Parts: sequence; C-alpha cells; structure tokens
Amino acid sequence: MDKILRVNMTDLTTKLETVPTEWAGLGGRGLTSTIVAAEVPADCHPLGPNNKLVFAPGLLTGTAAANSGRLSAGAKSPLTGGIKESNAGGTAAQMLARLGIKALIIEGLPKADKWYNLHVNKDGVTIQEETELLGKGNFAVIEDLEARLGKKTGVLTIGPAGELKMTAANISVKDPDSKIRSHGRGGLGAVMGSKKIKYISIDDAGAPGIKIADPEKFKVAARTFAKALLDHPVSGEGLPTYGTNVLVNILNEAGGLPTRNFTVGQFEAHDKISGETMHDTIVARGGKPKHGCHAGCIIQCSQVYNDKDGKYVTSGFEYETIWGLGADCCIDNLDDIARADNLMDDIGIDSIETAVMFGVAMEAGILPFGDSKEMLRLLTEEIGKGTPLGRILGGGAGSVGKAYGVTRVPVVKNQGIPAYDPRSVKGIGITYATSTMGADHTSGYTIATNILNVGGYVDPLKKDGQVELSRNLQIATAAVDSTGMCIFIAFPALDIPECLPALIDMINARFGINLTGDDVTNLGKHILKVEHQFNIEAGFTNKHDRLPEFFKTEPVAPHNAVWDFTDAEIDEFWNF
Amino acid sequence: MHITVKLFATFRNGRFKVAQQEHPDGTDCRKIVLELGLTEEEIGIILVNSRHATLDHLLQDGDTLALFPLVGGG
Repeated sequence: MDKILRVNMTDLTTKLETVPTEWAGLGGRGLTSTIVAAEVPADCHPLGPNNKLVFAPGLLTGTAAANSGRLSAGAKSPLTGGIKESNAGGTAAQMLARLGIKALIIEGLPKADKWYNLHVNKDGVTIQEETELLGKGNFAVIEDLEARLGKKTGVLTIGPAGELKMTAANISVKDPDSKIRSHGRGGLGAVMGSKKIKYISIDDAGAPGIKIADPEKFKVAARTFAKALLDHPVSGEGLPTYGTNVLVNILNEAGGLPTRNFTVGQFEAHDKISGETMHDTIVARGGKPKHGCHAGCIIQCSQVYNDKDGKYVTSGFEYETIWGLGADCCIDNLDDIARADNLMDDIGIDSIETAVMFGVAMEAGILPFGDSKEMLRLLTEEIGKGTPLGRILGGGAGSVGKAYGVTRVPVVKNQGIPAYDPRSVKGIGITYATSTMGADHTSGYTIATNILNVGGYVDPLKKDGQVELSRNLQIATAAVDSTGMCIFIAFPALDIPECLPALIDMINARFGINLTGDDVTNLGKHILKVEHQFNIEAGFTNKHDRLPEFFKTEPVAPHNAVWDFTDAEIDEFWNF
Repeated sequence: MHITVKLFATFRNGRFKVAQQEHPDGTDCRKIVLELGLTEEEIGIILVNSRHATLDHLLQDGDTLALFPLVGGG
C-alpha cells in the first residue's frame, strides 16, 4: 500500500500516514506542488520552521517503463521566494517507489544546535544525530555511507553549500555509479540544510515493490513507448552520442548562445567546448560517451569524462554547465569546465545558477572573463569554505549583482536564466518570464520548436505563436513531471503519434484507471494554477513575470534582436 | 558564387567541419545536401546565415550554410 512518510524535525518524531484520496492520482511534481501549496504558508520564510521539504517519485517510477526514474523535490524556494519543484535522476526515486512511499514530507526545524540524518527502509523512517560527516563534500558522504551501509544504499545529501544555507545549494542524489545527480535549481539544498539534515539514506531491502493493475496492457504500452524513444533521432541517436552538449554548436549557429554575460549570441571558441569535441575527447581518453542517470534509462544522454591521463573527472556533464562556464564566462577549456562541474557536485551547488553567477561576477570585476583558474579557486576556497565572498557567490547571480551593483543580471524571480538568449529565441523568453519556478528552460522547452524543428517550427525571432507554444509546453511538462519521466521523452512525444498515448496507457495499466489525453492536459493546467496561486499568495504579481530591463534595451548580435513583448502580451500566458 | 558550408554532429563523419565551396548562381540548399551524399530525410535543421531555411532556399554569394541532423538536449 502506498503511504506518506512524515518527519517532524521540531520534536524529532516520524509518522506513517495513508495517502489522502485527493492525492492518490498524483505523483512527482503534481504531488510535491500540491502538498507545498496545501501545507506551507506562502508567506513563510523558506529557511524558517514553516517551510516543508517534500520528495515524491513519479506515477510510473519503480515500474519497468523506460526513463521513469525521476524524483521530484519541492518546497518554497529560498532563491525565488516562490514554489519550487526540481527533479533529478539517480537511484533514490525507484527505491522510494518500491518501498511504497508516495511522498516523504520533512517539516519543522530542530530546537537544538545539532545535525541529523534520516534513514528510510521498509519499516518507515528514523532520525539519528549526525556528527561524522558534517562539513564533508557529497562524494565523501556517498563513499562513507556505502562503506557503512552497503553499496546498494540510496543517498540524498547536501554538501557544504547546503549546510551553509546558500540559496544556490542543491540536493545531490546518488546515481547508479555512486556519482551524483542533482535537484539543482531553486536552493532546495538550503532548505534541507535549514532542517539540519545532512543526508537521507535509503534501504529498499524487503520492499513490497510495485503492483501493476493490468500487467499485459502495461507491457504492450511500455514496448510501444520504448520503441518511440529509440526511433526518434534526438532521443535515439543525437542525445546518446553527443549528450545534451550537442546544443552548443547549434545555438551558436542560430545566434542564441548567450556569451560574455549575455552580451553576444555567439561564442568564438564554441567548437572547443562543443558536444562533437566532447564526444571525441571522451572516446580518445577511454571515458564513456553514453551513460544513464537512472536504471531503465534508454536515452543515456549522460557520460563519463576523463582527463588526459584517463582518470575520472566528472559525469552528468551537461550542456547548461558547459554553456554557462564556457560561452557565458568565455572559458574555452573543456577540462577546466569539467573540473568545475565535479567541484560543484561535491560542494553541492547548482551548476546553472553558479555558471550564470560567474558571468555576473566577471562583469563585476571579481575575476576576469575567461579566467578558469580563478573560477576553480573561488569554488574551492571561497564558496566551498563559506567565506563572506563565498556566501555572496553562493547566493547566485542575483546576489552577486546586488552586492556589486551590476545592472546586467540575467535572472527572473531571482533565478539565473539558462543557456538560450530570450531575445533571439523568443519562445523561451516567455517560458522564463512566466514559469512558476523562476527562469527555467525545462518548464516549457520551446527550443524544441523554435530551434530544433521538433514538434513543428515557430520562428525564434518573431513574436507570433510564442505565448501559445510556451503555454502548451508548460502544461504538458507539468503533467510529464508528474509521471517520473525524463523530460527528454518530450522529443518523441512531440513527433511520434504513438508515444503519448502509450505513456497514458502505462499510467492507466499501472493504476487500473481510464485517463484520457484531456485528463492529462487538465492535470498539467491544474498543477500550473496551483503553483501560480501559491506564488500570488507569496507576493508575486504579473509584474514579476518579466525579463530584466537590459533585454529590452540592449540588442544582441548577430540578429541584433531585443526582447519586444508588451506586458499585456506576456500576461496572455495565464489566459487558460 | 562562394558558399561556406558547415557540418555538425554525425554529418561530420567522413566529411568535414567547415568547407569553402564554389557553386553556380541559383544553387539551392538541396543541391548542396545531395552533393554531400546526404539525403533529404537525414536533414534536421538548415541554417543560412544563422536563420532557419528550407531545402528550396536559394543561396546567395557569401552565404554560410549550416546543416544538422535532428538533435536536441537541454
């Protein structure tokens, strides 16, 4: 039977609850956002006693459905001040799902100045005091827990950034190779740090597993779904070969690759940091060009990147990180970017927020553009150690912009804008502006249709159709984020007619229900509205659905495009 | 006329990254694609001078043509 695990850090008690009927049909983002909206006062301090940290596997997580192993984490975000859901791969989601745990809710703050860990197993969850691993990086935590509790142990952990409650801190999840995937965005690591939980270990021995209501129907649908993923050129060939970093060259060519803190749309040294170069480098050095972030992933967009001596440097090395430190900070050395990626994983800090932050820090004169050695030092010596400068940097792009009086600060709702310039890829600008999460490319990935010719084509340089495109994708994404599916299933789902019905069939077969396509769309709409309402109650208005001023006033080369949407045009987004 | 042709991802295998080519006036993208031994079906994205274009697009002297298979990421 599915259950809710509730942990109260104020009185150090735990409870096993049955799932309320109204939560039964929800999973992943749908569930974390519903719980946060229902139980967290929107005006609370995100690091105070009234915020809650919620983990939820998706509706299909733990089943044999391909690419269904994502875990959602939700809370009020200390970075944006609004609702937050951030999902990640790794092994924890499938373990929690097999244990029958629909959600883990952590509430309250400890009274004593002590740190704790949580241990989840088939009997529930226990709270223990933690002393040994405080101050340690995430890799050391995982290594220690595997030595203590066994190789199979699932781990959710924070690094020094989370302990120090930096607003760019993430929550790390152990992956199938004992490395790290992250709930990156929105500072959820600081929320976990505020509750003084260093890590959560998971043991799924004796787990009841997942019951499928109609196994035969599930098997047929799962096969159709997996075939669609493998048949589509993006999920079946491009992503497994080059990783997400295949995007550097195409965004550069299209003039939408934000460079030198969003002042130009093309980076001269793009080829040095491109997916093509990265692929050849990995193969030459004996790394792995293909790697899954969770068991059952058949896209395998991740990889293992080695140094020139063939020694491991990092994995899960993503386009966003490479763009941010590469083009946006003008660093043309992939090895240094890989080292920074590994450091950010260990410190436990969002690699998108931190990369955007470094672009602003370079503009502020804290370090020169392109200075990778100083960037590595700042990560290790300042952010990792929590010096006063390190805390400003660890607060993300907005924090540095404020502290140093920078006016070109690419954030929405204080969250760093990712790897696509909204002036030359206008659809993604609508997503950045309106997303309930703050600037977030994954919440409505218009790049598919604006740049990649997936799901049709909408001219990236024109305003026509962008609001509708972003809206439709944000609705669909909210629903997909509730299934536990990797967002990259959207590529085949947009182009291959059998893909989405097969996904719905799997949900129906899993639960013995009869959802239709319309039900799924309505679920997506409902989630967005719940999140939007939370943000309104937290103090956001339509004036927060705006891009920074400089996008309107500074044309970006090569297209010399500006952000030219009127307020009324943007506000049309919420008209559904 | 003079055209710069750029190839990306799998299109580079056994070909090139960037080449300078001479073509007669009135050459469209399709002709260059076929001359490269690529098929129309393989082409995911065509950019001419950083703008999206179709196979029928007529090239002008000095244009840069970039060809990609369907790719994606995040």
